Amino acid sequence: MSRDTALVSAEWAEKNIDAPGVVFVEVDEDTSAYDTGHIAGAIKLDWRTDLQDPVRRDFVNKSQFEALLSERGISNDDVVVLYGGNNNWFAAYAYWYFKLYGHRDVKLLDGGRKKWELDARPLVTDAVTRPATQYVAQEPDTSIRAFRDEVVAAIGTKNLVDVRSPDEFAGRLLAPAHLPQEQAQRAGHIPTAISVPWSKAANEDGTFKSDDELRKIYAAAGLDDSLETIAYCRIGERSSHTWFVLQELLGHANVKNYDGSWTEYGSLVGVPVALGDEPGEA
Amino acid sequence: MTAPTAPTAAGCAAPDQAAPLPASLDLEKETVITGAVRSEAGDAVAGAYVRLLDSTGEFTAEVVTSPAGQFRFFAAPGTWTLRALSRHGNGDTTVTAARGINEVTVTVAP
Repeated sequence: MSRDTALVSAEWAEKNIDAPGVVFVEVDEDTSAYDTGHIAGAIKLDWRTDLQDPVRRDFVNKSQFEALLSERGISNDDVVVLYGGNNNWFAAYAYWYFKLYGHRDVKLLDGGRKKWELDARPLVTDAVTRPATQYVAQEPDTSIRAFRDEVVAAIGTKNLVDVRSPDEFAGRLLAPAHLPQEQAQRAGHIPTAISVPWSKAANEDGTFKSDDELRKIYAAAGLDDSLETIAYCRIGERSSHTWFVLQELLGHANVKNYDGSWTEYGSLVGVPVALGDEPGEA
Repeated sequence: MTAPTAPTAAGCAAPDQAAPLPASLDLEKETVITGAVRSEAGDAVAGAYVRLLDSTGEFTAEVVTSPAGQFRFFAAPGTWTLRALSRHGNGDTTVTAARGINEVTVTVAP
């Protein structure tokens, strides 16, 4: 993958709003922004109610995903262009998810909703309905999804990239600072993880930095290109953003997103935890 | 709005900035940085993107202001920069926050 195939600009998006076979999808945890205005023709996906299993802590399975996309009118041949708020965190999560279930052509809108709004590009409130389809998903591609046991096994042997803010990494905060801080899990990070906040990869308007800038950021942080990489954050959506950068923009192989992330790891009994600004020892 | 039955602890998106502080919030422990984004003329700027940057300038969080221009962060005691981006221009303000509620206004200009 590369920037040319994985990412589209706001200019491209505005020109292709009515293009046949292109479906815009707004993805957020709180979809109230969509209801106040969205890109013309875009449908919405709710990160929590559409993409997460309502009972178990896991995301929806293959048949649930097929039912969701069929009902929303997305077909296997459509070019899916994802965008959202929160600097595209949840859109990047959905991108990873579409890849996991084998969607052929999926792209992320560079800068997401923020860039679109700051550019004063048009948003509409029209209801959008698309005819139902018969979507067929592939078996989940677990080469891009990490589970807790392989994360523990990766300590000191693979690249672990903690993409939370420096204060969350060090254990001074337990959640992003727009959320209350009282949480069940322990504070800190996975020992030997390097700290590269997701935000290092983005400009303040939400667009991604250039490939050259991105390569320098991860090289300076000590990412070893010859090793497999696991990215994590708190619930797996900010790390989807970094997974997108490493695998889809920079073309690294063997990058996994650990969607259990700190809310799982920080609650495990008996695993090692490091505090402070340094990666720590294995 | 999110469904009231949803487990908010699982979420990571910025909540409604106009909502009242949760009753369960312990202001003895939390460091709340809150206020409004205003234009040079003093008008509230709705829909501005407010970024909370730590003392090294690193991004920590971002929210979108309410219709009355309000924003709110849950941080820790220390020095923070608030940077606002909007269609009416950008601006930033530095605050030294303590536990409890810290009120800040960020003015944006072209």
